[in-house]
Amino acid sequence: MFQQMNIQQNFPEYNIPGKQHHDFSPYESNGGSIVAIAGKGYAIIAADTRLSSGYSIHTRKQKKTFKLTDTTVLGSTGCWCDTLSLTSLLAYRMQSYVHTHQKTMSTNAIAQLISVMMYNKRFFPYYVSNVLAGLDEEGNGVVYSYDPIGHCEKTTYRAGGTAGALLQPVLDNQIGYKNQNLAEKPEITKEKAISIATDTFISASERDIYTGDSVVICIITKDGIEEKTVQLRKD
Amino acid sequence: MQAELARELPPAGFNFENCKRNEALINGGFLAPKTVKTGTTIAGIIFKDGVILGADTRATEGPIVSDKNCSKIHYLAPNMYCCGAGTAADTEMTTDLVSSQLALHRLNTGREVPVVCATTLLKQKLFRYQGNISAALVLGGVDLTGPTIYSIAPHGSVDKLPYTSMGSGSLAAMSVFESRYKPDMTEEEAKKLVRDAIAGGVFNDLGSGSNIDLCVIRKNKTVDYLRNYEIANRKGERTLDYSFLKGTTIVTGTKTFNLDITETVIPMEVA
Repeated sequence: MFQQMNIQQNFPEYNIPGKQHHDFSPYESNGGSIVAIAGKGYAIIAADTRLSSGYSIHTRKQKKTFKLTDTTVLGSTGCWCDTLSLTSLLAYRMQSYVHTHQKTMSTNAIAQLISVMMYNKRFFPYYVSNVLAGLDEEGNGVVYSYDPIGHCEKTTYRAGGTAGALLQPVLDNQIGYKNQNLAEKPEITKEKAISIATDTFISASERDIYTGDSVVICIITKDGIEEKTVQLRKD
Repeated sequence: MQAELARELPPAGFNFENCKRNEALINGGFLAPKTVKTGTTIAGIIFKDGVILGADTRATEGPIVSDKNCSKIHYLAPNMYCCGAGTAADTEMTTDLVSSQLALHRLNTGREVPVVCATTLLKQKLFRYQGNISAALVLGGVDLTGPTIYSIAPHGSVDKLPYTSMGSGSLAAMSVFESRYKPDMTEEEAKKLVRDAIAGGVFNDLGSGSNIDLCVIRKNKTVDYLRNYEIANRKGERTLDYSFLKGTTIVTGTKTFNLDITETVIPMEVA
């Protein structure tokens, strides 16, 4: 290989065959899934508590939901260190808003802020799957979901994280009544939403190796945020 | 016509004729399908009266569990069983092939095949394929030399050990063995130890999961294949009923064909 000489000068090529440098890989997938459902007068957001990387479990009890205000909760999975830096920066920006405007942020305002903060790192993104759930100005549930670079979409239900692709079609069918030819499509009650969210996690932990241990469900109503934990498979 | 096509048997061994095409497809941006891996915990130990093999029952395709209750302890001979970790197809085919060779060897020699013989057949096959057959095996059996455990790595290297583990959960299982293994354990003690080793993998390694299989091979040539020795993880119970109402699926169109079926039944002659 070293016989490769530059034809003009009698020097060896500077690009000597072989490994030149190690790839810089700052991201890590720490797994976890989120499900959020919004309805009349309530919003729920559930996330499992397993934090892992590769084939190992870091902890079985890491909550991935962040209570931002009395009416807003953020669920965040993906690269856990990015989740931490995003949420701590978000807490700072929200506090700053309180001091500037003398009021707590509305769910809608937080949704906008997260989008801006994520797009701010357009070319070195936060590697996270965010789902925001909360109550709007009228007290009804809303869900906002994001891609890693700040695209924001307002919906009524969303699944995210490692089992997101497994769970979204179930929600489409059960919450959105997609592909169901029914005479009446009753509104999803808070109790039914909690049951469906729990059940999707039970199913996800059967097939997704990064989802399991337990699921924490945050139930947001005008009376405050209630938290519920359900145990999942531990394998 | 069909018989004519099948008259000539394909040559023995692997067929590589799609290699060039597949390479071109991958270079063209085609995503190759994933193989089923048994990202596994398998283990084996020697105890007072024989050997015990153990395995979990999870098979995965990347991050998805493809089989929740697969069987990883393969039959080799009446006195030998072999746990397989790695690519599911490789472990199954390799042990099946060697199992046939051992059967022929038994018929040729008229005696029980020693465990080293199976080890040699396996390691020579694996070494020939330079690690491309991704099978990591734990082979256990008894013969006239007594009980033996071998661990065979995908490249063909062999270790003869009193206790060993393989697969992605091997570290979890080995930590249990290193702290608690002692020679000449009773069968009950040894079963508990292997169970705990596999459970270590099931709960701490994401590639392993579901249930625990055991296989006891005793010096007196009795074998207990304990499939699902312990259901370590039960399926979670859903809170709602998800059965659909009749008519949920939209009927987009109906076509009726009237078929005239003429059938004459000729009774079988019994006498």
